[in-house]
Amino acid sequence: MTTLHADTLAGLAARLARGECSSVELTRHFLARIAAHDDGLNAFISVLETRALAQAEAADRCRARGEAGPLTGLPIAHKDIFCARDTRTTCGSRMLESFVAPYDAAVVARLDAAGVVTLGKTNMDEFAMGSSNETSYFGPVRNPWDPSRVPGGSSGGSAAAVAAGLAPAATGTDTGGSIRQPAALTGLTGLKPTYGRVSRWGMVAFASSLDQAGTLTRSAEDAALLLSAMAGADARDSTSVEAEVPDYRAALETPPERLRIGVPRNFFDDGLEEAVAVTVREALAEFERQGAELVEVDLPNLPLSVPTYYVVAPAEASSNLSRFDGVRFGHRCEDPQDLLDLYERSRGEGFGAEVKRRIMTGTYVLSAGYYDAYYLKAQQVRQLITADFARAFEAVDLLMGPTTPTPAFELGAKTADPVQMYLNDIYTIGVNLAGLPGISIPCGEVTGLPVGLQIVAPHFGEPALLAAAHRYQQATDWHLRMPSAYA
Amino acid sequence: MSLTNDQVRGIARLARLRLTDEEVSEVSGKLASILEMVDQLQATDTREVVPMAHPLDAAQRLRPDEVTEADQRDDYQRNAPQTERGLYLVPRVVE
Amino acid sequence: MKWETVIGLEIHAQLATRSKIFSGSATAYGAEPNTQASLVDLGYPGVLPVLNAEVVRMAVRFGLATGCTIAPRSVFARKNYFYPDLPKGYQISQYELPVVHGGYLEIDLADGGRKRVGITRAHLEEDAGKSLHEDFHGMTGIDLNRAGTPLLEIVSEPDLRSPDEAVAYMRRIHQLVRWLGICDGNMQEGSFRCDANISIRRHGETRLGTRTELKNLNSFRFIERAIRHEVERQIELVEDGGTVVQETRLYDPERDVTRPMRSKEEANDYRYFPDPDLLPVVIEPATVEAIRASLPELPAARRERFVRDYGLPDYDAGVLTASRELAEYYEAAAGAVPPPAAKLVANWVMGELTAALNRDGLDIGSSRVDAPALAGLVARIHDDTISGKIAKEVFEAMWAGEGDADGIIEARGLKQITDAGALEAIVAEVIAAHPGQVAEYRDGKHKLMGFFVGQVMKRTQGKANPGQVNALIKAALE
Repeated sequence: MTTLHADTLAGLAARLARGECSSVELTRHFLARIAAHDDGLNAFISVLETRALAQAEAADRCRARGEAGPLTGLPIAHKDIFCARDTRTTCGSRMLESFVAPYDAAVVARLDAAGVVTLGKTNMDEFAMGSSNETSYFGPVRNPWDPSRVPGGSSGGSAAAVAAGLAPAATGTDTGGSIRQPAALTGLTGLKPTYGRVSRWGMVAFASSLDQAGTLTRSAEDAALLLSAMAGADARDSTSVEAEVPDYRAALETPPERLRIGVPRNFFDDGLEEAVAVTVREALAEFERQGAELVEVDLPNLPLSVPTYYVVAPAEASSNLSRFDGVRFGHRCEDPQDLLDLYERSRGEGFGAEVKRRIMTGTYVLSAGYYDAYYLKAQQVRQLITADFARAFEAVDLLMGPTTPTPAFELGAKTADPVQMYLNDIYTIGVNLAGLPGISIPCGEVTGLPVGLQIVAPHFGEPALLAAAHRYQQATDWHLRMPSAYA
Repeated sequence: MSLTNDQVRGIARLARLRLTDEEVSEVSGKLASILEMVDQLQATDTREVVPMAHPLDAAQRLRPDEVTEADQRDDYQRNAPQTERGLYLVPRVVE
Repeated sequence: MKWETVIGLEIHAQLATRSKIFSGSATAYGAEPNTQASLVDLGYPGVLPVLNAEVVRMAVRFGLATGCTIAPRSVFARKNYFYPDLPKGYQISQYELPVVHGGYLEIDLADGGRKRVGITRAHLEEDAGKSLHEDFHGMTGIDLNRAGTPLLEIVSEPDLRSPDEAVAYMRRIHQLVRWLGICDGNMQEGSFRCDANISIRRHGETRLGTRTELKNLNSFRFIERAIRHEVERQIELVEDGGTVVQETRLYDPERDVTRPMRSKEEANDYRYFPDPDLLPVVIEPATVEAIRASLPELPAARRERFVRDYGLPDYDAGVLTASRELAEYYEAAAGAVPPPAAKLVANWVMGELTAALNRDGLDIGSSRVDAPALAGLVARIHDDTISGKIAKEVFEAMWAGEGDADGIIEARGLKQITDAGALEAIVAEVIAAHPGQVAEYRDGKHKLMGFFVGQVMKRTQGKANPGQVNALIKAALE
């Protein structure tokens, strides 16, 4: 039998249901794992021991009363972008170093209500701006597969925590690939749902029209379990969608009869490392063996998704981050001379280099004289990219390709050149621009490092997406592998 | 696409970010390379293309006009750097 | 005068909702600082706006009442700038696609004519908080209770040509928003305020001159004075060879001058873009029609109808339709008297009643004499039970709560003496007592008639019917 920390949420749920262990025991086990291993990983910004044990005790009492649900008593970690009442919520920034949220994010509240135990808040790129988790004010996170490498970002802490068995699952957010890319780089299943599927209430905004909460788990089944609890309309989020929430777990067992899989030609362009291409093609062959039909498709405007994203996301971010002004919350500079000094110094000190860069970019593209050339243009190209996907989905059920061009890279390898760092998200960004659901699942290794297969579905196509991922995971065991140092 | 240091300072001022001289030249170089990458967009013909502000084509939901929030000032001001008599304090504002 | 003044107004009307435009906080005025500021109003990290349905309904009401086009799809945008009373660092407003646009309103001119003033657009936005400049050790205090209060910004065309026209237009808008029940119009509390864009040009010139924007005009008196000052300043400047600089100026009512606003010195680049937290507001034609059907009769229509149905002069009809409450009051009273007395009701509402209300600082809704009671009084004047003069005494008694007109007339014995025999006797007494005046009258000094009537009134304690007295005296003297 697998050790507790190598097990899936579903497996741990079964153990709890059978009475093999209690939620308190489970929680203590993971808290001990964090205490033992997090120094080397830096995956957590806050560990919530007291809160976690209280939740675990409550979960055990709930189970004793016979009222347990599918998630009752299961420990998870939250990305530190989600507000949790009376808990420090830093967003990986000095700006919010001592910010204590006075309210719960919808994601936190829903998972709490489902009986989940929160182990802690995970490290992340500052304000979710990054692809390597190196922009965190709280220091970089290391990849459990190779501590000299990055775990990906921005949900790097969540990815490292789950990959190293410090938590069986974690929440994340994905604005341009921030769940799928770290999932790919750490051998996890990372689900970014359809835009609007999960409420953004209480999730510190980076780019509002792109941000979506999701999960980092060991399996598609675990993702289905969590999504069932997280998804659904929220009256406090105008952009959350009222579409009914299907039973994602039941959908796992009913994959489409004859799956038509679109393989975008430009996903296999020059930028893709050959060994990764080979691994991904092998995964596609596995789907073919399972009876799927592979169809090459064209997404002609997809190469423009990176430049489009780097207009839209910084524009929205520059505005979203204006609220951090040192007046009502967050970092305030010492002894401001006047109002301008208060603003400029509080923000100059509170934000790190990458966040400032994005604010500057966003301010520039929205400013007088540049709006049409950049922002409006990007919105139009966004429309073209979205139309490309829509056209592709007229012919196929799902799209598949690599999640990232390379496996995990070394710390510091791309920090000098922001554009190189941005290009790391080349396969994931288009999905955010179009608001589609996407998942990355482990599909092999290259020189001992995990490689991710990305699957993309039409809007609200999570059931088919998860079913396909689940079926692949029934036939393979890449998703169950753990880095040996943490097994 | 290149930006002068003065342009960079102008943007920083608009964004209320204090940048050191070092940061200004570093940012102007990096911003230039970002904008150069972004300039790929200009080659695309987007005449007649409706700008897309949102990934979902939906209409705004409306909320009934009801007061649902109670006073939680003390709770909300716990994060504030400086308050007095229930007010947030800032350096003197001249209108 | 070789200069023409060109004025356009941007009126900010706070919409009279219970809760804020994007949050469930109360909008009540005068609460303790920051006790009506929720997480959304404070711009906390992670919060999101949700639009108040009533705000949209109110904007549509205004649009329909001014002949505007109701946008089937309107969009909220972010106006980005830093200011301590603006918690998010941006104001949610409408920019390219406002909720309503392209309407007009008619104003009365001093010469009795009328003028149509174009309404460019009216858009929805959130109000900012307040900065309190009283001394906090040299710091400013920020109260965000007002932040997020819904505003309808009503932008006029530059159609106004004088401070008087600007005031007349603003009064019309003020009347209308209160009439529609979408704004309480309270200018002291800032519920209704205005910025003015002012420029001058030589008569005959068709291009607009460089304009200045005057902020913070929060009373009808200030608007008139502030605009007059600004126009004079611009004319003096240009005539001295200077040029007007486009800038934002603040009117200082204490010193009665306008000065450039320090906080607006820096040229602003608001970086408007569609707010990604809010979706387009879609207003279906059926919704528009339902709102149209629920609109009250509008002031202009009611004014015309008062002229038509009650035979009132246009002036009276205008005064009586100043507010919906006043018009309702008048109509309730006028409907309860015989039709020929409708004008008399108008006189009483505009005269004694208004004077009494002003004296006691009451509005029409809390009048101590309600419409049926006033009608009861006017009916007694109309049927000659009492004279107009006696009626004033009765009115005062009614105002003091002594009962209805009939009761007071009865109790005080104020009924007019209409018995011709009794009056003839009194007239005879008066003539006998004043032989000198009688002689003079007969010599042609006919204006002494008033003297004789007065004498009769004195002896009857004013209860005689003046017309009847007149006739009797005339008969006795000639």
